[in-house]
Amino acid sequence: MALVELENVFKIYQVGDEEIRALDDVSLKIESGEFISIIGPSGSGKSTLMHLLGCLDTPTRGKITLDGIEIQNASSVELAAIRNRKIGFVFQSFNLLPKLNVAQNVEVPMIYAGVSAKERKERTMEALKKVDLENRAKHRPMQLSGGQQQRVAIARALINQPRIIFADEPTGNLDTITGDNILNLFRELSHQGSTIVLVTHNPEIAAVTPRRIEIRDGKISFSEDDRLAGTSLNK
Amino acid sequence: MNIWATILVGLKEIWAHKFRSGLTMMGIILGVASLVGMSALVKGMENGMREAMQAIGGIEKVSVVQQELPPNQSHLSDQVVGITMSDVEALKKNATLTKLITPEMNLDRGGVVSRGKKIFRPWNISGTWPNALDMNVHKIEYGRMFNEIDDDLARNVCVIGTEVRDQLFGTFEETGKDIIPIGEEININGQLFTIIGMFTRYESEKQKKEREYQLANPSPERLGPERRTGWGRGGPGGFAFMLKNSTIYMPLNTMWLKFRASAGTNNIPDPTLSTLNIRISSVEELEAALQQARNVMMSTHFAMEDFTFRTQENWDENIRSQVNNYRWSGGIIAAISLIVGGIGIMNIMFASITERIREIGVRKAVGATTFAIFIQILIESIVVSIIGGILGVFVSYGLVELLKILIPTDNEPVITLWAVVVSFCFSVLVGLMAGIQPAIKAAKLDPIEALRYD
Repeated sequence: MALVELENVFKIYQVGDEEIRALDDVSLKIESGEFISIIGPSGSGKSTLMHLLGCLDTPTRGKITLDGIEIQNASSVELAAIRNRKIGFVFQSFNLLPKLNVAQNVEVPMIYAGVSAKERKERTMEALKKVDLENRAKHRPMQLSGGQQQRVAIARALINQPRIIFADEPTGNLDTITGDNILNLFRELSHQGSTIVLVTHNPEIAAVTPRRIEIRDGKISFSEDDRLAGTSLNK
Repeated sequence: MNIWATILVGLKEIWAHKFRSGLTMMGIILGVASLVGMSALVKGMENGMREAMQAIGGIEKVSVVQQELPPNQSHLSDQVVGITMSDVEALKKNATLTKLITPEMNLDRGGVVSRGKKIFRPWNISGTWPNALDMNVHKIEYGRMFNEIDDDLARNVCVIGTEVRDQLFGTFEETGKDIIPIGEEININGQLFTIIGMFTRYESEKQKKEREYQLANPSPERLGPERRTGWGRGGPGGFAFMLKNSTIYMPLNTMWLKFRASAGTNNIPDPTLSTLNIRISSVEELEAALQQARNVMMSTHFAMEDFTFRTQENWDENIRSQVNNYRWSGGIIAAISLIVGGIGIMNIMFASITERIREIGVRKAVGATTFAIFIQILIESIVVSIIGGILGVFVSYGLVELLKILIPTDNEPVITLWAVVVSFCFSVLVGLMAGIQPAIKAAKLDPIEALRYD
């Protein structure tokens, strides 16, 4: 069974008399361990798709299953718990809490998960080691470079060992070299078995992932999977 | 969600905006301080009023006094006997709810005491039982009270108050020493009496302090003519103490045999008691005890109601209602200032969450529930009010000291634990109330919108 499964999902916004179909009958499956990118220009509905996949929002119609749990009818408390335990987010603007230091930032999801202080500390250091920032634990986010900040955000996303990681334009605020480093980090994580969804408008960045989905006007307009190259399934 | 972690986040938030938080707390600090200070002032006032009441015997003391017969019995007025020793004996045997019975016979039309050239008219010259000491809350400082033997033998002995000493022997200020006139003889209405004891000096806390201050810092020589400054020494209650100091006690039998048995214009002995004081065991039993004493006395007086009971209940009631009035009016004003402080907190919490919309979005994205955000904001608000409340309690001690200097009241303000606890709890409550609305607003934020907010 797929880790994430969307069946005929609609997201419709009502603006005045006009009906805006941000997502229009989208069906999609993401298997565990996949590294996938969602491409599309702004306004295409890719952010809406990511919000639905990330349990920040619920669909107007349709069925979404994440790790065996149907989320279209879940309550806000259940959604919060799913976001906490099963999902990690990486944002374009890092979204670290400026008043907390690096270690405390990484700790935040564990606080909401009710992890004990001792375990929090151990796991934080472990996660920071993974992103090569263990010597910056006491620094404030503002004292770090953009790339370092994004690595802290990745450590935070990984901290509760989520089933899936969503990265929304993770290189958007970084220069090319740092951006490549971050992408390499994602690739490494993918090799270690993480499921990663990369949302971007840049086809060059999307090229690092084996599977790519393009969204246009709320529909999947194009889907490509390098692993299926040469088979009839790859259309 | 760990509550300690939340409190820690709240503390950090407060620390990050030290100046802003300080200003916000100021409202709570001043509110708590004024609430505690106000209550301390009222408490001081109450203490002063109670002091005076205790000095005359407290609420448990009831005086049986003579009165005109009621109109429906007025035809019996030539048969009334007045309050006599037979009432005392009857009450002693039958009024089980009274703890102490003290008969008193006073000198008619006062009395004059003299020693050498000095003459003085004390407020009260009484023949009484030794237990008058307990009844009227007297304390012997020097010598002894007369006892049953003195009473049986009707000895010419007396116990005097310090005012009598001051008038006949000279005050401390005049003579430069505390004269102890035990063993000296004085003349009471023409008869020689030996002083065997002297009471302690009764005075309010305020008077005591003034006197001690004056002893330590003698006032400069007065210029110009002597002026009387009137009786009103020491403010409210001071008068009661002055009268109490101006007392002479002698044994009841001495009074009876030496002054009453042959006194009166036509030499008819007058056995009526001037006052009969009874002390009941507890205020709760006041009604029952009075009813019982009345029943007993109705039988000794052959159903003629020529007596009544005078209690301190009204006085006590007055103190209570006055104190309540002050407490409520002052309390409401102080509480309003505390509520204004609360509005300050609410304001700052709204500003704080507007600044932190993105943070709230991030927290929600990584798994904070609506409730967790609500609690976080609420706890921040409560933490501000708790810190403010604690500081306010400290400030209130300073405020009370300041009040003592600025407004010299008759009675020192007293901070009670109760006032501190109530004020502190009220400040926390205000913080809680102030936090609810901002917390709801923060908790309801949509995570997507919040993450997009700049």
